[in-house]
Amino acid sequence: MTVWTALLATAAGCYLLKLLGLCVPGRLLDRPAVRTFATLAPVALLAALTAQQTLTHGHHLTLDARAAGLAAAALALWRRAPFLLVVLAAVTVTALVRLA
Amino acid sequence: MTVTTQPPGTGGPTARPTRAVLRDSLTVGVSVGISGVAFGAAGAGAHLTVTQTCALSLLLFTGASQFALVAALAAGAAPVAAVAGALLLGVRNAFYGMRLAERLQLPSALRPLAAHLVIDETAAVTLAQPDRRTARLGFTTTGVSIFALWNLTTLLGALGADALGDPARYGLDAAGPAVFLALLAPRLRDPHERGVAAAAVLLVLAGTLLLPTGVPVLLALAAVPLAVRRGRTAR
Repeated sequence: MTVWTALLATAAGCYLLKLLGLCVPGRLLDRPAVRTFATLAPVALLAALTAQQTLTHGHHLTLDARAAGLAAAALALWRRAPFLLVVLAAVTVTALVRLA
Repeated sequence: MTVTTQPPGTGGPTARPTRAVLRDSLTVGVSVGISGVAFGAAGAGAHLTVTQTCALSLLLFTGASQFALVAALAAGAAPVAAVAGALLLGVRNAFYGMRLAERLQLPSALRPLAAHLVIDETAAVTLAQPDRRTARLGFTTTGVSIFALWNLTTLLGALGADALGDPARYGLDAAGPAVFLALLAPRLRDPHERGVAAAAVLLVLAGTLLLPTGVPVLLALAAVPLAVRRGRTAR
């Protein structure tokens, strides 16, 4: 499998997943179990992605500059800072901690 | 992020002004869109050509899967494994789509076009809107602005990667998690959803030690049934 094949296969697969979600019949969502799962799944995934991209490296757990950056982002969020400032705080603090 | 101040159903105005929706959408669109520069740099770092890196942003257009695919290829994973990991990460967009479909009520002719814009950020902005009009406006504005900027900055990042050097030096690798945290924040006010988030963090960290790349994030989905069951026993 070449890089191009891998790239196009992933693109096609991910597009179909997106389309599948939009086209699932509404009555499927009327089941309480499906509704609960569809509501809560993004919470679980966003939390998992945040933790994974902050606290892991490969298959190891790490505590590095990114954690400081995320703490700055959390502080900015708590202070109700605008979105761009939240991201900027994370990037700046991470870069500064690496410089130190 | 302004959307955090008005979660649906907690006393926000039922008819949000168009300007407020546009402001939220464009704020997310611009700040997420410009982080395409980090992806462009990552693609170059993984020895993809500029065309390949840009094709990923154009055709795949879902950040986590893009980063996962590129990281796996760079780490020398088998292409099949790299594709599987990226696809598994893309499964969450199907769940977003299910929630978005009922909120947006799109005519079926528009679904194939709208589907390409179903990502974390459009879902978060759209689901924070109180009604169908603002949901559609938020979805379109966020989606189109991210798509345009993400692709432009991917190109700039890929071209400038050599000049820029290591993106980590500039802390750009912290932009992704900060974006995810900002999207998650409004959901953390609900104690039940906080429980789901906490369980998901524990699951993903444990999974990272044991499972192939891409799988731990999906394992974190198990936090949902776990939390639901716990909520039931507590009642």
